[in-house]
Amino acid sequence: MKTFVSKNKDNLITYGIVVVAYAVMEILIKAGLISSLMQGLLVPLCAYVILAVSLNLTVGILGELSLGHAGFMCVGAFTSAFFSKITMNVITVTWIRFTLAIVIGFIAAGLIGFLIGMPVLRLKGDYLAIVTLAFGEIIKNVINVLYIGKDSKGLHFSMKDAVALNLEPEGDVIINGAQGITGTPKNSTFTIGVILILITLFIVLNLIKSRDGRAIMSIRDNVIAAESVGINITKYKLLAFALSAALAGVAGVLYSHNLSSLMATPKNFGYNMSIMILVFVVLGGIGNIRGSIISAVILTLLPELLRGLSNYRMLIYAIVLIAMMLFNWAPKAQAFRDRLLDKLMFWKKKKVTVTEKEGGASDER
Amino acid sequence: MKKFTKLTALALSLAMVVASFTGCGAAAGANTFKIGGIGPTTGGAAIYGTAVKNGADLAIKEINAAGGINGVQIEYNFQDDELDNEKSVNAYNALKDWGMNILVGPTTSGCCVAVAAESVNDNMFQITPSGSSVDCIANDNVFQVCFTDPNQGIGAAAYIGQNNVASKVAVIYDSSDVYSSGIYTKFAQEAANQPFDIVSAEAFTADSKTDFSVQLQKAADNGAELVFLPIYYTEASLILTQAASAGYNFKFFGCDGLDGILGVENFDTSLAEGVMLLTPFAADAKDEKTQKFVADYQAAYGDTPNQFAADAYDAVYIIKAAIEKSGAKPSMSVSELGDALKGAMTQLSVDGLTGAAMTWTADGAVNKAPKAMEIKDGNYALIQD
Repeated sequence: MKTFVSKNKDNLITYGIVVVAYAVMEILIKAGLISSLMQGLLVPLCAYVILAVSLNLTVGILGELSLGHAGFMCVGAFTSAFFSKITMNVITVTWIRFTLAIVIGFIAAGLIGFLIGMPVLRLKGDYLAIVTLAFGEIIKNVINVLYIGKDSKGLHFSMKDAVALNLEPEGDVIINGAQGITGTPKNSTFTIGVILILITLFIVLNLIKSRDGRAIMSIRDNVIAAESVGINITKYKLLAFALSAALAGVAGVLYSHNLSSLMATPKNFGYNMSIMILVFVVLGGIGNIRGSIISAVILTLLPELLRGLSNYRMLIYAIVLIAMMLFNWAPKAQAFRDRLLDKLMFWKKKKVTVTEKEGGASDER
Repeated sequence: MKKFTKLTALALSLAMVVASFTGCGAAAGANTFKIGGIGPTTGGAAIYGTAVKNGADLAIKEINAAGGINGVQIEYNFQDDELDNEKSVNAYNALKDWGMNILVGPTTSGCCVAVAAESVNDNMFQITPSGSSVDCIANDNVFQVCFTDPNQGIGAAAYIGQNNVASKVAVIYDSSDVYSSGIYTKFAQEAANQPFDIVSAEAFTADSKTDFSVQLQKAADNGAELVFLPIYYTEASLILTQAASAGYNFKFFGCDGLDGILGVENFDTSLAEGVMLLTPFAADAKDEKTQKFVADYQAAYGDTPNQFAADAYDAVYIIKAAIEKSGAKPSMSVSELGDALKGAMTQLSVDGLTGAAMTWTADGAVNKAPKAMEIKDGNYALIQD
């Protein structure tokens, strides 16, 4: 019972951090103290936080290494942008259209996650990582050769080029292969982003706390033991994986409705991005949801705050990343941190170290 | 006590975050024009961004040395976008914080579309040196220096048709590249109106751009006389080499992306003999203006300029002409400046490196004559009609 209560409190702190951060940013924006660069970064930040939290569900809670997360984001981004584009003149109320777009992104990415999960989750560890990596690349490459156009006769599809669509002269090419979708309405706002983060947190944190969540974690800790007590391994694995994919789809919706030009390049939806999301999760602590949020924010801001260093920022960024990883997770660094903390809090030495350990370790594997 | 520590930690971290968010307010430099530039200076497309950066830099240094625009000096700041639409918008916002009045860029089409959607809200005057897709200039505050992709495609098809260069044409293009597939699409459409047939159209992607034997074989099997290459010169040099070693005897025809092919390292330039290209700029052109530009550029940056550098160089001089025409002052707000320059653009006629007597319509597209060049004796030579 005690752990239940403390867990609840822990979750409340996580929600609290998001809400407080939102309130502070809103006040600063109203006061005109925020630079344009920061204002432009707010929506992407929300998207990356959702991605990190959702991947943590697969990596931390289910205990499987997935390198295809950007692929699911890509699915969410393109399906929802496509939807928004074709219904732009039909559904004129923005919030209804955008809500539908979010739902569509969620369902589409979840469905793809489910379909991919079925064959793939038979594998474990490195093998799973490699296969998800490949699936992520497939999704990206398929979108790069996909042409969809719309005219009075309806939708036209092609995998060859825009000419092969045979559109009427006034027809509109919506997905133009490698050129992607242009002119997606800019509906994402910081407020919507934060609401989506809170919903994501609500889903993920409650799942972890629930009976299903305990079943999923038992699979992570010992498959044979879990199976022996009658847990349906396939079902719970698929549940976690598909949910994680669906939430990545939501992040994709947020991403695509923030930029008017959406292209599936190796940069934004390739394996680089998947690994970037994994870095958020690993730096924040595998299984530690709050850590994912913080590390996603820091690592997204860092390269932009380093803009003043021009091209050296790539180098500095990498060095800072290495330093942060070591500081957070190297055993020696952890011991050093504890010693430092002890010195700072010498008057409450014992108590602090004990409680810190408890709070920090409870979420980890 | 634990609560206190946590609260303190929270407060401290919040203070830190707040400190990092604020700062650097937009200080309006009332006595200089602040020109910003955006393009990829890191990653695979760095040569394009760097060329734009240097080309604009050269022009701005020249103008400043000559006393500025109407006596007003120019400040210049170039931001990297890593060829990523999202980063490009970040770069734009960073430049806004710096106090930019006028934007030269972004360098690439996709980034340009993303940034144009932001700049229209500020009514910022934006001129893209090399963002060539039509979507770039959808807003009225954006103008182009380069041709739009459709114009290049139509121009190339019309040139081949009208001059009876060939009757059977094969195309090899990069389907993962906006520039290449944009030109190909319009080329194929226009070809229907021209007296030649496209006998094969084969694509490659960024992941498979080293071996072109299949595409060339297809072209030969279908009896093509000419291969149209709406691609960049690096891949084109491979295609020419592989075609020669396989013994095919095609004519080759390209667009402005082929400019620079004679400078590819370890490329046997004799293979490029007879290659025709429609390009606004060639570094080896004999006119005085180009030669001075190339010499200055080489002296300053140790590199031969390509068309991107020339486009950016022109973009700065176009801005200068527009400011002089409209009498705009740096004390004007970004939006006022935008309105003034937009009005002036349609009345301008600028002689630049990439075209003589360039004019603009209100939609932002440039009117200039494409130059058809042929590579002769290891040099670009203008084909006289």
